[in-house]
Amino acid sequence: MLRDMAVEPGDGSMEQKTVPSLSMIGTRAMLFEAPGDFTLAQQRRIWALTEASRERHDVAEVIVGVTNLMLVFSQAPEDPEIVADWLLKAWDMLPERHIKGRLFEIGVQYGGELGEDLFHVAEHACLSREEVISLHHGAEYTVCALGSVPGFGYLHGLDPRIATPRKSVPSLNMLAGTVTIGGMQAGISALTGPNGWNSIGFTEISLFNPERNSPSLFAMGDRIRFYPESIDL
Amino acid sequence: MITVLQTPPQNTVQDLGRFGYRELGVGTAGAMDGVALQAGNILLGNQHGAAALEIQTFPFVVRFDEACFVTVTGGDAKLDLSGQSFLPWTLKRVEAGQTLSVGRPAVGARVYLCVQGGIDVPAILGSRSTQLRGGFGGFEGRFLELGDVLKTGDGPMRHSLYGALPPGQRLEQLDPEKGIIGLRAIPATDYFRFPEHARHRFWNTDWKISPQSNRTGYRLKGEKVLPDKAVELRSYGVVPGIIQVPPSGEPIVQMADANTAGGYPRIASVIEADLWRLGQAPVGARIRFIPCDHAEGIAAMRAVTSYLCDLMQVTGLYQGERNTLSRAIS
Repeated sequence: MLRDMAVEPGDGSMEQKTVPSLSMIGTRAMLFEAPGDFTLAQQRRIWALTEASRERHDVAEVIVGVTNLMLVFSQAPEDPEIVADWLLKAWDMLPERHIKGRLFEIGVQYGGELGEDLFHVAEHACLSREEVISLHHGAEYTVCALGSVPGFGYLHGLDPRIATPRKSVPSLNMLAGTVTIGGMQAGISALTGPNGWNSIGFTEISLFNPERNSPSLFAMGDRIRFYPESIDL
Repeated sequence: MITVLQTPPQNTVQDLGRFGYRELGVGTAGAMDGVALQAGNILLGNQHGAAALEIQTFPFVVRFDEACFVTVTGGDAKLDLSGQSFLPWTLKRVEAGQTLSVGRPAVGARVYLCVQGGIDVPAILGSRSTQLRGGFGGFEGRFLELGDVLKTGDGPMRHSLYGALPPGQRLEQLDPEKGIIGLRAIPATDYFRFPEHARHRFWNTDWKISPQSNRTGYRLKGEKVLPDKAVELRSYGVVPGIIQVPPSGEPIVQMADANTAGGYPRIASVIEADLWRLGQAPVGARIRFIPCDHAEGIAAMRAVTSYLCDLMQVTGLYQGERNTLSRAIS
């Protein structure tokens, strides 16, 4: 265990912490979680830490999360505390890493059968469905991290007014290309399959193809604007 | 070439996994029992990461269209080669036209049909493992089906036939009592979000592997363990072995086909050295988690590595590879 690995009993919630949290997952992976809110500034610091971590010889892979990152070591470190100290120092020292990224403009068919949770999102937000749609395409989103399934991008930039918790009963067969909201995170589902996020629309883009030179359409730092292609209420 | 004559769903081509693409969301996939796969490749003199057929539903029948050497490792399966039986974990020479039938193992859950030269499917993103969710890798990115024809690569001849002792007989015995599989685990990120009584229950329950378990993850049945209060976590990296607790209170152990990210609280993680044991635990089996620390986890991995190194040396001796012999002695 690392000294700061977990919330001690009665310590309240991790969200109130001001220092990063470090923990081991098994013997070969270390998780670094930034304190504070899910902001782009915080994510840019995670990107900086990611870049520095990739330079380490003992790190085989870095899995970037939402305001967190996981180091996967090529072999288990004898003393994880040494790596933890390095991460904490680097976190304090490194400036935010700004990634220029590309801008994608993506047409969305809002509502209808493929966006069947639009009603639920509107109800949760106490807004009309039209207002939800307009808040959704009124914002610019940033790809914070890729993960979960091949090519899926976690998007920052969702208007907090339409943030909606994940569903307690997931959809069994949500189509790839479904435009979704999961808590404070926005996304476009990359694969057809079970999915717990709220669907509000659909777009016809292919997010991942292993035969392409760069298999994933999105990269960390890319920006996305949605525009309504059609609206079906 | 090998032709599949009979297979229920869920059998796939796997190697040791696809590494280096988790940053794009591509999970590792790979053999559920990597120790058995490595042992099979060592017996055959194949390359370290050669691909094999992972068989987890039975009966599975193939026809060999050319003579070659094979071995079947992993679970203790009943093997029938055109009417002649042979033992798992031993090398066998197969003649062209012979059929091999693999029955459900008496012990274990998965068997690896390893062939001379390995299964030759295209390596995609550096691996021959089947990425089921992404629909690529392995054989056309899917489960094997009746009539599939698989190519095999080039591998060395074997000069004598021999076998290996399975790791279950060579490595530390962990099972706390007969019929319960012991697995060492290290507390993880959210361990202290769980109240003392829940933590106690986590370590002391004999969890039953539910039928809703597969290569992606094992769902465990038992009395619920729940954190002090419900939490919605930001998505974080997931590796095989991580034990998450969804709102139902029944833990899920993420396995080889796990997604690269998740959002449920993490109570503990099965150590890497014991993942093969979990890979061999069938649906319905009971497992108990044994608390373990970082140093013990590393020592356990050393034991696995030395099991494989010993096997490599013994194999070299059997093949009359004098260089290996002199290296082993000097």
